[in-house]
Amino acid sequence: MTDLSQAQVRERIERRLTSRHRKEKLFRGLGIASIAFGVLAVVVLFTDIISKGSGAFVQSAIELRVHYDEQVLGIDKVDDESLAWANFDGVIRQALLQRFPEVSGRKEKRELYSLVSTGAPFTLRDRLKADPELLGQSETLWLAADDDVDTFVKSLDDSKNGFRGRTSDQKAGWIQQLMESGELKKRFNTTFFTNGDSREPEQAGIRAALVGSLLTLLVTLLLSFPIGVSAAIYLEEYAPKNRWTDLIEVNINNLAAVPSIVFGLLGLAIFINFFELPRSAPLVGGLVLTLMTLPTIIITSRASLKSVPPSIREAAMGMGASRMQVVFHHVLPLALPGMLTGAIIGMAQALGETAPLLMIGMVAFIVDVPGGITDPATVLPVQIYLWADSPERAFVERTSAAIMVLLAVLIAMNTSAVWLRKKLERRW
Amino acid sequence: MQTPTLFALLLLLVLVAYGTGFSRALAAARSRGGVRNLASLPSYYGLHTALWCGLPALLLLGAWLAFDNAIIRAMVMNSIPDRPETAAGRNLLYVQIQNLAAGNLFGETTPELQAAADRLNSLRSGASLLQAALTLILALGLGAFALLRFSPELRAREKVEKVLRAVLLACACAAILTTVGILLSVLFESLRFFQTVPVTEFLFGLHWSPQMALRADQVGSSGAFGAVPLFTGTLMVSAIAMFVAVPVGLMSAIYLAEYASKRVRALAKPLLEILAGVPTVVYGFFAALTVAPFIRDLATSVGVQASSESALAAGLVMGIMIIPFVSSLSDDVINAVPQSLRDGALGLGSTRSETVRKVVIPAALPGIVGGVLLAVSRAIGETMIVVMAAGLAANLTANPLESVTTVTVQIVTLLVGDQEFDSPKTLAAFALGLMLFLSTLVLNFIALHVVKKYREQYD
Repeated sequence: MTDLSQAQVRERIERRLTSRHRKEKLFRGLGIASIAFGVLAVVVLFTDIISKGSGAFVQSAIELRVHYDEQVLGIDKVDDESLAWANFDGVIRQALLQRFPEVSGRKEKRELYSLVSTGAPFTLRDRLKADPELLGQSETLWLAADDDVDTFVKSLDDSKNGFRGRTSDQKAGWIQQLMESGELKKRFNTTFFTNGDSREPEQAGIRAALVGSLLTLLVTLLLSFPIGVSAAIYLEEYAPKNRWTDLIEVNINNLAAVPSIVFGLLGLAIFINFFELPRSAPLVGGLVLTLMTLPTIIITSRASLKSVPPSIREAAMGMGASRMQVVFHHVLPLALPGMLTGAIIGMAQALGETAPLLMIGMVAFIVDVPGGITDPATVLPVQIYLWADSPERAFVERTSAAIMVLLAVLIAMNTSAVWLRKKLERRW
Repeated sequence: MQTPTLFALLLLLVLVAYGTGFSRALAAARSRGGVRNLASLPSYYGLHTALWCGLPALLLLGAWLAFDNAIIRAMVMNSIPDRPETAAGRNLLYVQIQNLAAGNLFGETTPELQAAADRLNSLRSGASLLQAALTLILALGLGAFALLRFSPELRAREKVEKVLRAVLLACACAAILTTVGILLSVLFESLRFFQTVPVTEFLFGLHWSPQMALRADQVGSSGAFGAVPLFTGTLMVSAIAMFVAVPVGLMSAIYLAEYASKRVRALAKPLLEILAGVPTVVYGFFAALTVAPFIRDLATSVGVQASSESALAAGLVMGIMIIPFVSSLSDDVINAVPQSLRDGALGLGSTRSETVRKVVIPAALPGIVGGVLLAVSRAIGETMIVVMAAGLAANLTANPLESVTTVTVQIVTLLVGDQEFDSPKTLAAFALGLMLFLSTLVLNFIALHVVKKYREQYD
C-alpha cells in the first residue's frame, strides 16, 4: 500500500466514486419505482372499477303505449286479490305487438316479448294499484328493458356492432329502430338503489344489502364501542402490572392479527350452533364483527388515553376526586375524539369485511329488505361477492357499481375520521 | 312478551330507580341541612339504586336468552318416546317439529310429532312469560331492596365505583374470552374430525377430495382428507404475494423515510394507504375479472398454457394489498433508528444509499423481519382474494400459472350453504381452521416478540 502515490490513490477513489454514485442513483430510482408501482396499482384499480361500473347507473328503458284492457287483464275491478293474478304480461305483449305489427310467428313473437324486462309487469301492477282509475284506459310508460338489450345498447357506445351475446340480428334491428325514434333511451337507474337482490340484472339493486350492512354495523358499533372503551380504560388506568394483565394484552395483540375467517368459524360454532341464534341475521353478523373490531378499538382507545397528560389526572386527584371521577369527568372527555376516530376506522374495517359473514350464512339469496336485526339479511360486500359469481354480463357492471358505492362510503368514513382527528386533536 | 319490549321496560325501570334514589337522597340532604352532610353525592345514590335494579336483571335476561333454546329443545326431545339414534336424525326431527309448531309443515304428521310441536309451542309461550315475570320481579325487588337500605351514611359512591370497576375488568376480559371461544370452537370440532380421519393422514396425505357420502355404498364415498395440496397452495400464493409486497413495500418505506421531501411524503403516503383501506372483496373482483384474464392472455401470447384461475393472479393482487402493510410497519422502524447513526455514517463519507444499506437497514432489521412475519400471517389468512381468483381444484403443483387451492378457500367452500354439521366434510373445515389459527398464532407471537424487543432497544 505504501508504494502508491497520492495521485494513484486519488485516481482509484475517483474511479470507485463513479460506480458508487451510479449505485446511489439506482437505489434512489428503485425507491421511486416502488412508489410509482403502488400509486399505479391504486390508479389501475380505481379506473378499472369505475370504467366497468359507471354504466350501471343508467339503464335502458323502452317507451310503450299500454292499454289496461279488462279483457286481457282478466279482471273487472282493482283490489289486492285481482291484482295478484291479473295478466299484466298480456298487456305488455299486446303493446309490443301494436308497436311492431309486422311480427308474426311464435318464435319471432317470443323474441319480441323478450325486449322488455320480466319485471315490467310489476311496474304496471304498481301503477294500477296506485291509480285504479287507469283500468280500461291507456297511458305511455317507460318500461325497463331486458338485461341483454341493455348490455347490447351500452356496448354500442364502444364499438359499431356492439356486444351481441344472445341478441339476434332481428332483435338488434328492432332495438336500432326504437333508438332512432327515441323510444329506447338510457335513463338513470333508480332500480339499482330501490330494489333488493334479483336473478334478473335489470331488477337487481343494493337496497337490501345496504340496509343489512347498516343494521350489522349498528349492532357492531353498539357493542364494540362501549366494550372496547371500557377495556381500554381498565387496562390504561386501573390494571395492576401482573400476569393477568399481561395475558390480556398478549391476547388483544394476537387477536388483532388473527385471520378474519377464524372469527367466522367462532360465530358458526358458538353463536349459531351452540346458542342457536338465527342464521344470516345482522345480529350474529354484528356479534362476529364486534369480536373482530374490538382489538382495533381497544388499541386506538388506549393510545388516546395515553396521550392525555398525567398533569390532568394529578390536578383532579389533588382536588379530591376519586379515581373513577378522574377518569370519567376529566380524562375520558379529553380522550374521546381520539376514541371516536378509532371507532370510525374500526367500523370502516367491519363494513368491508366479507369472509366471516360467509361462514354464518349471510350469503343466502335475499330479496327483501330486512326489517330488524333478526331477519335474514345480506351485506354489501357479500352482495358484491354473490354478483361477481353471476354469469350474466350485465352483473359485471352492477358488481362494479356496488363496489363504487361501497368505496364511496368507506372513503367518506375514513376522510371524516381524518378530519375529526385534525379538528379535535390537542397538542399538550 | 317480546324481548325488545322487555328491554325497554327494564330500561324504564332503571331510570325510575335512578330518579327515586336521587330524590330520596335530596330529601335526606334537605332535612340534614345540605348535600355535604350525605356520605356521597345524590347522583351516586341514584346510580346505586339503578345498578341494583338493572344489573342482576340484565344478567339474568342475558343468560336466559343464551340458553333457553337449548333447554326447550332438550325438554321437547326428552318427551319423544322413540328418538333417532344419530345426532343428524335428531336435528332433522327437531327441525320438523319446529316447522310444525310454526305452522309451516304441510303433509302427513304423526300424533307424536303433533304432540311434540304443541309441547314446543306451550313451552315457548310459557318460557317467554316466565322470562318477563322473573326479570321484572328481580328488577323491582332488588330496586326496592336498595331503596330500603338507603341511609345518609351509606357510602354509595364507593359501592358504585366497585361495581363499575368490575364491569370494566369484565370488558377487558372479553379478549381472553374470544381467544378461548376460538380455541374451543375449532378444537372440539377438530377432535371429532380426527376421530374419523387420522391426524397423520390429514397432515401428510397428498390427496384432497372431501366428498359427502349421500349413501353408504356410493362410489368414492369415503373422501380423501390429505391437506398437503392445500398447504402447498397456500404457501405458493403467499410466497408470490410476499415476492411482490416485500421489495415494493420496503423500498417505498426507505424512499419515503430517507429521500422524499415533505411534500412528496405528504402526497405519496396517503395514496399508498388507500390500498390498505380497500375491502378484500374488491381485490378479489379485480383479480378474478381483470388480472387473471390479463395473465392468461399474456401467457397464451407467449405460448404458455395458463389457467384462468392462476395462483399468480391471486398472489399478485394479494401482494398489492399487503404493500401498505409492509411499508407502514417498515416506515415506523426505520424512523425509530436514531439520527446519530445516520449522521455518523454520512460523516465518514458514505453515500445515502450506503448509509441505508449498511447502517439503517441492519439496525432496523429485527423490526422489519417482525413486520414481514405479520404480513406473511396476513397473506396466509387472506380469504376473499383467493376464494374469488384462485381455484377449487387441489393440485399439487409448483407452476404458478396453474390453479391451486388454499386452506381458506376450502374452509369457505366446505361451510357455505346448508350442510350437515356432523359430517367429516364440515368438520374438516374446522380442522383446517385450527391449522390456520395455530400457524398464524405462532407467526404473530414471534413477530410481536421481535418487534417489541427491538423497540425497547432504542427507546
